[in-house]
This record gives sequence, structure tokens and C-alpha cells, in this order.
Amino acid sequence: MPNTQQLEDFVSQVRRDIVRQVHKVNSGHPGGSLGCAEFFTALYQEVMDYSTDFKMDGIGEDLFFLSNGHISPVFYSVLARSGFFPVEELNTFRLINSRLQGHPTTHEGLPGIRIASGSLGQGMSVALGAAEAKKLNNDDHLIYTLHGDGELQEGQNWEAIMYAAGNKIDNIISTIDLNGQQIDGATDQVLPMGNIKAKFEAFGWDVLEVKEGNNITKILEGLKEAKELTEKGKPVCILLHTVMGNGVDFMMHTHKWHGVAPNDEQLAEALSQNPETLGDY
Amino acid sequence: MKKYTNTGKKDTRSGFGAGLAELGRTNENVVALCADLTGSLKMDEFKADNPERFFQVGIAEANMIGMAAGMTIGGKIPFTGTFANFSTGRVYDQIRQSVAYSGKNVKICASHAGLTLGEDGATHQILEDLGLMKMLPGMTVINTCDYNQTKAATIAIAEMEGPVYLRFGRPKVANFTPEDQKFEIGKAVNLTEGTDVTIIATGHLVWEALQAAEELEAKGISAEVINIHTIKPLDEEAIIKSVKKTGCVVTAEEHNFLGGLGESVARTLSLSTPTPQEFVATMDTFGESGTPEQLMDKYGLNAEAIVKASEKVIKRK
Repeated sequence: MPNTQQLEDFVSQVRRDIVRQVHKVNSGHPGGSLGCAEFFTALYQEVMDYSTDFKMDGIGEDLFFLSNGHISPVFYSVLARSGFFPVEELNTFRLINSRLQGHPTTHEGLPGIRIASGSLGQGMSVALGAAEAKKLNNDDHLIYTLHGDGELQEGQNWEAIMYAAGNKIDNIISTIDLNGQQIDGATDQVLPMGNIKAKFEAFGWDVLEVKEGNNITKILEGLKEAKELTEKGKPVCILLHTVMGNGVDFMMHTHKWHGVAPNDEQLAEALSQNPETLGDY
Repeated sequence: MKKYTNTGKKDTRSGFGAGLAELGRTNENVVALCADLTGSLKMDEFKADNPERFFQVGIAEANMIGMAAGMTIGGKIPFTGTFANFSTGRVYDQIRQSVAYSGKNVKICASHAGLTLGEDGATHQILEDLGLMKMLPGMTVINTCDYNQTKAATIAIAEMEGPVYLRFGRPKVANFTPEDQKFEIGKAVNLTEGTDVTIIATGHLVWEALQAAEELEAKGISAEVINIHTIKPLDEEAIIKSVKKTGCVVTAEEHNFLGGLGESVARTLSLSTPTPQEFVATMDTFGESGTPEQLMDKYGLNAEAIVKASEKVIKRK
């Protein structure tokens, strides 16, 4: 099991991968990707039980579903560096004929991806189906999901949130990336969502908060606590307070880097803040 | 001309229910999801026999489609059930991304399609669903004509890998196809042999096409009736073979002429065998309240309309 320093080194490399992928094709979503680098690292380097010998049905494994598919750069980096496909393939992000499409898809057969996502609000429903299938299969592994906070404005989420509690789907841990930002600005300005914790609780979920969502130790503690809450008749939600653009100072605390690529100078600056730890692709 | 006997009126949705119940007994991977229309979809027997494999999602169709996609990941074969309107237009993006683009083995089963839903009116009478579904890459689109065929189709689609849209209806209609038929996805069924006109029909219009063929025979016109139950992939070979013999074609469907079976046939023929064609379909309109019979009469979806279209298209040869 990796120690904290090893995990932080992994995060540093993932941040490099994120900005390099997006810079190369001058497109993609660095802000949200950087904000979730620690979370993905915790899941794939420490928490989840999975095989890199990828099988779509995932029987006997923990499964992860990314609902806000636009943060594909962090997903691709962590999958590659966890052994699902060659790290060099990150060079093909968003290029023609690539398996690394702009948003994640099963269509090109990229190992580690089990559903297409990008059109927002669909991931929790898919995850619930997978969770129900696990119960039918007497498979006691867990389903993990990630959703953007702005994404909760999509109504389908609330259909799923209602279903999960009403049907005691207690083998799912859904994490909300609470960075408070969406394309048009702060979520509180675009469409205020009120008290998200109270809303989940009112729907019948167990909710816990990770206030330092970019602190790998705190994330691991939160995921451990969440796991202890599973199999008790209720779905579990983690509200992960993150900083968009985390780890690259000029990308932090703003929605401006939601879907904008750094130029050459900005890339150099971003890389200078995050040492190469595992080798650039 | 070969004659067909109506063995008693039955609704196609009950054929679906019977097929699903049989799958419940024969295939342990089949699961069913329903959005608060269990009785309307005739899913009660499956639910009673397999409560652990039946998922009531409430009035939440988007979540139902997403959950179905997720269940395939655990190796299940999900059948979703609601009205055609709520099975397609309401959840188009969910089907597009989570099912079709993701290549998931979901069977979207849709009742109360078209005008024959009747008195509920246009809000529920979708006439655009075949077009919506056939435009999705990789989607198989089936519209069955009677109880026996619907039951057979329901069983057959569980055996194929990939997303399917299965469309059927509410009213009791003639049941005339064989009880023991083997349903071959993508394979046309030639019902009568003829030389003057080819009538290509799907769904509830197939029985009407057979009635029309009898009327045409009385007028000395020989009609070849083809049942296209699978609109995609289309049995192009069967269509081309027939029109090469007859030289003209009438297509008949309970759907808008835009996007329906008729357009698929026209495309097929225009590429290889340009042929005069008439469309028996709704003409870019919404439906309205009324009995199924009244509506099919008013919107020209019956044997009489097929006879007129046949006479017209023969003159265009």
C-alpha cells in the first residue's frame, strides 16, 4: 500500500499529465480535472479493489463511474498510471482515431471505461443499475461515482437520488465535487442549489463531508468512513470540497479554466509547480 | 392468394407480457424495469414470478433508462417498459449516450405507440418514435403486428446482443401469425405473393394490408404483402426482389411519413431500384382523442387507404 508521500508524488504526476494533455490539443477541461486529482488517486491507488485485466461486467470488483465526463484528463491519467492502458497513449488525447475521446466512452474500447459520459446527469442512474446488478449477483463489492456540483442541476440526478434511498441501495458511495463553479460562473450565481447536504439527507442518504477535498489524507479518511456506512440500508454521499484548478496557482479559485487550455508559457509555469515524479509520457 | 385467419383479437402488449413471462422462466439474466405502468405493459406475470428481478422505478423514465444501461454491466439483460412516448422522446439523450453510444444490451419495450392509443390524445400518441430510434447508430428497431409476433419478438431479442427498440400497442387487434413462429430479427415475412403491387406494412397496418390485398384481388389486382417487422436493420433484399417483380410499392405504418418505414424503403429503392411509391402514414401531424378505429379512419391508416394508394401507385408505373 502506498504511503502518503507516494500518493502525493502520484498526484503531482497526474497534474502534469492533465495540463500536458489539454495543452497539446488546445482543448479539454483542466480546472475540474485538477480539482479531483487527489480523489482519483485515492480511489485507484488505495481504496478500490479492481483488476487492470479489464472486463466490462466487473463482477468481483469495485466499480467507478464518472458522471461529469468532461474531466476526462484526470480519469485518463489515473487509469493509465494505474495500469489500464499504456501511459504513452495520453499523447493521443482528443486526437483523431484516439481511444481517448474528448469525453470518456466505451465506444473505442478503452480499458477502464464502462459507460459514456459527458451529457450530464446520467451517471448516477447507470451506477444504480450496476449496484442493483451487484446485489442480484451476490457480489459484495462497491460502486463509486463522481458528479460535479453544477451537474446536480440536472433533474435526472434527483430521480436517481430518490430511487437509491427508496430502494435501500447501500452498496454505492457517490461523491459530489463541490468546487462551487460551473461554466457561466459560481454555482450560487448561475442556479443556487441551496443546502446540498440537507437535500441529500432529506432524500434519505447518509452524507459526510470532506472539507479538505484536495488533502489526500482527509480524502482517504472520508472514503474509509463512507465505506463503513455501506451495507446499512442507505446510500452514502460524500460532499468533497475541492478547489478547481488545484495545484496550479493561476488556475485556482476561478471558473475561467473550466474548459480552457494553457498556452506554452502557462504550461511551463504549471509544470514548474508540479515536479515530474513518475516520468512524463 | 394465401388467406389469413384472425384467431381472435388480442392486444400486442399482452404478447409482450407473455413473452417476458416466458423469459422469466427460461433466462435468469433477464430483468425488467417499469415506470409505473406495470399493468398497462402487461408485466404483472413477470413481476409475480420474479419479484427480485423486477424493478419499479416510479415515474422517472430517465433514471429507468440509465439504470437499465448500468444493469448490463453486471451481465443482466434489462427490458424497460413504458409507453412509446416516454420510452423515446422523453429519454432520447439517455438512450443516445448511456445505451446506444455505450453499446449496452438494453431492450426498450414500448407500448401504446401511435394513434391506436386512442382517447388519451396527442400527448401520448407518439408518431415519431421509429424515426427517433432508427437514427441511433447500432439500434435495432422492431414494430410487431399481432400478439403472436410480439411474443415471439420479445423472446428473440433477449437472444441478440445489443440495444433494441421494440414497439407495440394498446388495442385488441387481429391475431393471425403462427403461434409457433420463429422470429428472425431483420428478416421480412412474405405474406402473399402478387405481381401488380408490393405492399410493405409494419405493426397494426399489416392486418389492414392483408384486408386491402383481398379487396384488390376482387378488383383483379394482384398484391404482394410483405410484413416488415424489423425496420432496422431493414431486409433490403426482400424489398428489392419484390418490387423488381411488381414495379411499384405502397408502404403502410402507424407513424409519421417523415422518419418511418416508408422513408427507409424509399432510400433503399432509390439507391438501386427507383420505384414509384405511395405512403400510407400520418402526414406530419399530431393525433387527437377518439377511438382507435375513428382515428385510423380519420388519418387514413386502414385497408381502404391502402387500396386507394395501391391503385394510385399502379397508375404511376
